[in-house]
Amino acid sequence: MAELVGLAEGIAALVHDGDTIALEGFTHLIPVAAGQEIIRQGRRDLTLARMTPDIVYDQMIGAGCARRLVFAWGGNPGVGSLHRLRDAVEHGWPAPLELEEHSHAGMANRYAAGASGLPFAVLRGYTGTDLVRHTTTLSTVTCPFTGEVLAAVPALNPDVAVIHAQRADRRGNVQLWGITGVQKEAVLAAKRSLVTVEEVVDALDRRPGAIVLPWWVVTAIAVTPGGARPSYAQGYYDRDNRYYRDWDAISRDRDSFTGWLDRHVVGVR
Amino acid sequence: MTFTAEEVMTVAAARALVGRTSCFVGIGLPSTAANLARRLHAPDLVLVYESGAIGAKPARLPLSIGDGELAETADAVVSVPEIFNYWLQPGRIDVGFLSAAQLDRFGNLNTTVVGGDYRHPQTRLPGAGGAPEIAAACREVILIVRQSRRTFVERVDFVTSVGFGAGPGDRERLGLHGRGPGLVITDLGVLEPDPTSCELTLTRLHPGVDLAAVTAATGWRLAVAPELGVTPEPTADELAVLRDLVERSSR
Repeated sequence: MAELVGLAEGIAALVHDGDTIALEGFTHLIPVAAGQEIIRQGRRDLTLARMTPDIVYDQMIGAGCARRLVFAWGGNPGVGSLHRLRDAVEHGWPAPLELEEHSHAGMANRYAAGASGLPFAVLRGYTGTDLVRHTTTLSTVTCPFTGEVLAAVPALNPDVAVIHAQRADRRGNVQLWGITGVQKEAVLAAKRSLVTVEEVVDALDRRPGAIVLPWWVVTAIAVTPGGARPSYAQGYYDRDNRYYRDWDAISRDRDSFTGWLDRHVVGVR
Repeated sequence: MTFTAEEVMTVAAARALVGRTSCFVGIGLPSTAANLARRLHAPDLVLVYESGAIGAKPARLPLSIGDGELAETADAVVSVPEIFNYWLQPGRIDVGFLSAAQLDRFGNLNTTVVGGDYRHPQTRLPGAGGAPEIAAACREVILIVRQSRRTFVERVDFVTSVGFGAGPGDRERLGLHGRGPGLVITDLGVLEPDPTSCELTLTRLHPGVDLAAVTAATGWRLAVAPELGVTPEPTADELAVLRDLVERSSR
């Protein structure tokens, strides 16, 4: 019921060791500050779900928070690889990482099924790909009306969805706009949700194309200005492309990553 | 005027979009070419990004497929489930524009793993993203890949996205609605699928490239069209616009 909390308090209350969590955001409004707070609190054995794991998941994987990754595309957008993700998969450092790999269409539909209270979603997808041989959460279903064989993917219902939004009002209604990705579905699919916001305002003004998550479907809101940096928050700040480019060198090497993590995440309150 | 192999490739890819209505754009090389096309050859081309931006008109090349400028300049911004379910899946988009780390003679693509096995790969790549369904559902697919023995391989290590599968009839058998790869544009030339065998066949060389260089950069015995064309050199105008676009985007 949309309680206003501090970020550290919210993470402590909602994210537990072993949970399946989804920090969603499609390039825009990525909940980076929340991810880094999860690192600071030393969460372990998490199943991390996200359509497009990027640098915040790279940081969480490198910091040893994750046991499993459910995803479709894990890269540094426009730059290249996620080196911490690669090191975990290729060399098991700092811990082996299980992969549950889908396509974007499949992941989007998994969240949509989760939000809809359905056990699975149906789509045209995956046919002929090797994902079919390796991903166990992938099957087929025959249309009862036409006989067409279609892909079936199970609903994704995270324990916790964490998203960043531009605003909330005092009641806890959350408003986000611009590229809104799959955040609405992730929150509605999850058992609990934490929304970090740029600001809390007295009343939300109407904005074309904005989506609103009503107060009664959000568990907690933490005011976290700049909480999506280095990604962007439309109307508030731009994407820090240099950070993404710099991340390539920082993350390539275990020592430089660990040093960075100590200086910029673990040692910061 | 002098130009690089990369510039010829991008210009050739941009020219291929003439006469198309809509293009589902992957990031990187496809995005550069699609944005060049919209500036030069196909001003009304609707650029669709999987982040949900439909009809994006960015002034600079986006670093990611979800940059703010895409949303700000788009005709419509929709959610990610919607872009895949309502816009891509029914076959509404003319051209899917993709790249890959590996490609085989039937235009099957790998963006998942290279070397080793799936659980213990030598190189873990980013993964599928939107590509499997873009390759399946767009009416046609254009591939843009830098050509070398590393990228043009006899067998892809992982089929992330299907081209023509194992050959003729496979797309129909798999129920893939789009026609599949129509053009493969590289830094050396252009390949097109043979209408009967579906095998990618070299149909054009880029200016200054000789055939031996292309066969040397191909990991299988390359089929070559009997009458091999040559890509017209990039014009001064094409190069100026491309360079301006790249220059503006690096700021």
